[in-house]
Amino acid sequence: MSVEIKTAEITPIRQTYGHTKRRFGDKPATRYQEASFDIQPTTNFHYRPMFDEHHELYDTGYTALVMEDWYAFSDPRQFYYGAWVAARAKLQENTESSFAFFEKRGLGARLNDDVRRLLTRCLLPLRHAEMGANMNNVGIAANAYGTTLSQAHMYHGMDRLAVAQYLSRIGLLIDESPGALLAEAKTLWMEEAAWQGVRRYVEDSLVVEDWAELSLAQNLIFDGLLYPFLLESLDARLMEIDGGDIAILTDFMGDWFKDGSRFIDALFKTLAGESEANRVQLTRWVAHWRSRAVEALTPVAIDADIELDAALAVLDKRLAKLGLLETH
Amino acid sequence: MSRVFIALQDNENARFIVEAIGEDNPEAEVKHSPAMIRVEADDRLVIRRETVEEKLGRDWDTQELQVDMISIGGNVDEDDDSFTLYWNS
Amino acid sequence: MNAKTSKRLNMKERYRIMTRDLGWEPSYQRYEDIFPQEGFEGIKITDWDQWEDPFRLTMDNYWKFQAEKERKLYAIFDAVSQNNGQMKISDPRYLNAVKLFITAVTPLEYNAYKGYARVGRQFGGVGARIACQMQSIDELRHTQTQIHAMSHYNKYFGGMHDFPHMFDRVWYLSVPKSFFEDASTAGPFEFLTAISFSFEYVLTNLLFLPFMSGAAYNGDMNTVTFGFSAQSDEARHMTLGLEIIKFILEQHEDNVPIVQQWLDKWLWRGYRLLSIVGMMMDYMLPNKVMSWAEAWTMYYEEAGGALFKELERYGIRPPKYADQTVIGKDHVSHQAWFIFYQYGHATAFNTWVPTAQEMDWLSEKYPDTFDRLYRPRFELLAEKAARGERFYNDALPQLCQVCQIPLAITEPDDDTLLSHRDTVHDGERYHFCSDGCRDIFHHEPEKYVQAWLPVHQILQGNCGGADMEKVIGDYYRIEMGEDNLDFEGSAEQRRWAAWKQAV
Repeated sequence: MSVEIKTAEITPIRQTYGHTKRRFGDKPATRYQEASFDIQPTTNFHYRPMFDEHHELYDTGYTALVMEDWYAFSDPRQFYYGAWVAARAKLQENTESSFAFFEKRGLGARLNDDVRRLLTRCLLPLRHAEMGANMNNVGIAANAYGTTLSQAHMYHGMDRLAVAQYLSRIGLLIDESPGALLAEAKTLWMEEAAWQGVRRYVEDSLVVEDWAELSLAQNLIFDGLLYPFLLESLDARLMEIDGGDIAILTDFMGDWFKDGSRFIDALFKTLAGESEANRVQLTRWVAHWRSRAVEALTPVAIDADIELDAALAVLDKRLAKLGLLETH
Repeated sequence: MSRVFIALQDNENARFIVEAIGEDNPEAEVKHSPAMIRVEADDRLVIRRETVEEKLGRDWDTQELQVDMISIGGNVDEDDDSFTLYWNS
Repeated sequence: MNAKTSKRLNMKERYRIMTRDLGWEPSYQRYEDIFPQEGFEGIKITDWDQWEDPFRLTMDNYWKFQAEKERKLYAIFDAVSQNNGQMKISDPRYLNAVKLFITAVTPLEYNAYKGYARVGRQFGGVGARIACQMQSIDELRHTQTQIHAMSHYNKYFGGMHDFPHMFDRVWYLSVPKSFFEDASTAGPFEFLTAISFSFEYVLTNLLFLPFMSGAAYNGDMNTVTFGFSAQSDEARHMTLGLEIIKFILEQHEDNVPIVQQWLDKWLWRGYRLLSIVGMMMDYMLPNKVMSWAEAWTMYYEEAGGALFKELERYGIRPPKYADQTVIGKDHVSHQAWFIFYQYGHATAFNTWVPTAQEMDWLSEKYPDTFDRLYRPRFELLAEKAARGERFYNDALPQLCQVCQIPLAITEPDDDTLLSHRDTVHDGERYHFCSDGCRDIFHHEPEKYVQAWLPVHQILQGNCGGADMEKVIGDYYRIEMGEDNLDFEGSAEQRRWAAWKQAV
């Protein structure tokens, strides 16, 4: 083959990496494909983990679900690191200008006490729940098999840290003496009866060992109920009490949730679509965690004088579309 | 006595930062090599936001250093106004 | 500027609210069930609040800075691939360093990503957890930017096309693979000591700066650019390495001997791993940067000296066998290249005898060793090759049970004698290249008896049978005559000459 290159052409001798070619065909590959598929070590591991001798370093057995090909999942957003960070920098830039606008106009000082109270009781404690979501997703990134699954959870986990940090900034921004409202919200998180269901849900999720069950409990069910609650119901309630300006600060959460949901829906569609056994297992987990999430969030909703029904309807519609809602 | 150091990518930003370092740390030694500038000092090196802002002629966040910094030696202490490298020994 | 959003709080206080204050004391589940890996190594942590955050980077700034770095980086990649940037390279032999990099180093970045994700979940302290998480995504960044940087070269040169497959199988790649898996399968504190401290803080300059400067001297724009860009994350990682060590040592005096043993182990393991970097610098770069011995002096002996002096106050002494690394610096690159040359039919890159001019450079850089020990060997090999009898060794070598390098390295006190140690464990005899590796084995024999030793595996028939051509071609996926053998007469050489005429 080297002989034919005597011409004036500088011709490539291959189009892409061997593993990329075997999966996607002999043609130039996208950056997402080259950076995400079949790059994780698969065999000849030298030592068993000292912390878990029942598994290999990278092991498909960290979940009860079974896939013939663990790279069947592909992130619809095609996020590799560079694409993710570019998308998030844009989100950050927009959010930053919203926060700057809010601050410059002194909108924080203009909030009435009811609004401030509702935010402290209903929104700010969630920064701790977001920390839990961060830990869960990063843990999944460590245990899930294959780069496409792992990296999407890693980005999702870092996103949650960002949400927790933005919520903290909201707490600082609406506070007369920065830090006081956040401290109050933390006390609610730790002690207030209305929040104990959520805190228990989060702590219980932190000990779930099966990564797919954990992603379901966290990303599909809990967030799937919480975010519609925040973005629709809480937002409407804030408007009623003249706190509509807050939407300037929480807007990013809507954009982020929409983006993240594309990943989560694709994930569970792929996992459930693989086999009836997977679907049955997922449905069982959904039944368990859905009722727990409703139970956990109901007191928070009652405390804020908001109905949870609308948010639950959004979640159920999503679950039904995924074919994971048990119908009796 | 031990040497602390910071290495920066040799670009437009770095030239101003290095100038600021030189002003605040007269004993610091600047070494140029291809694509990289290394600044060394005995035990301690301080980069002050104010001085860098003066050189750059714009606002500068000490964390912006992270874009151009390629290596360091020493303990780090970073706050709003300065970035310090030091050894205790 | 968001750092100044809340003027009443300074950076430290603000960062505390943005990170540590997000954590809480669990009461519905036990701490040790949420963080099950924190305790089993015997490291005593009395108070995570004592943790000093190495960098106070929140996600908003992280995204902003990292996106800026990525924009600059990918602009260069695009420019290189749009302009046949590979033709700017000094000499096609240079590309062999890149092949070594993507097969041996890029997969380590991936392992680092996964390892830091685990530790970034497992530490009870929020500050340490988040620092590890940021390092984790940075390591993923490095994996992916390297794959993208070399994507263009892969289209024109051999040896890179199946890097993940090769990493799991090829004999010499078991050296980096076993090194990193050793760390990844250890507890969280040992992992950080191994990778953040011993590797990132003490040794990373030896890996990256020589590779990057080598790339700069040899016209490889992509590698220079991703290298410097990655190093800007590395400065953050190095600080984490130093903080974690100080933190563990300050937490409890019982931690000191555990950490000392880890430092001894990981310096030695890192030193052995970096033999391939030494060889790359001294033999594979057509335009040389500095010698391996000079790099070791500058980056280990001088920079490491300041570091270990700093740690003396905690009762830490410099790593055991550090003196042997100083003796070894005049030998290791020559011995490594000699090994690869002999087994050049089983490598995913080309090998060659250094030119007369290159040998003169080596004589100058290694006045005590090169002319006396190594020049005669290479001159003999050159003569044989000139007669059409290029030497390939068909005998499979004995490997060290720990570092997995062939037993072809000399004794520290006698450079004419090969170093060989052994020990019997559970009725089996195990072989080592050095006292350092034997010590590591003795400390955890149950771990190292598990090692997947490539030569044993070939002999046991686990690599596609006894026919070496099949092992190399089918099991390793090294394309015979395309990826391997001597550079002289290689497909790479022929293609390059043709392309040069076209430019």
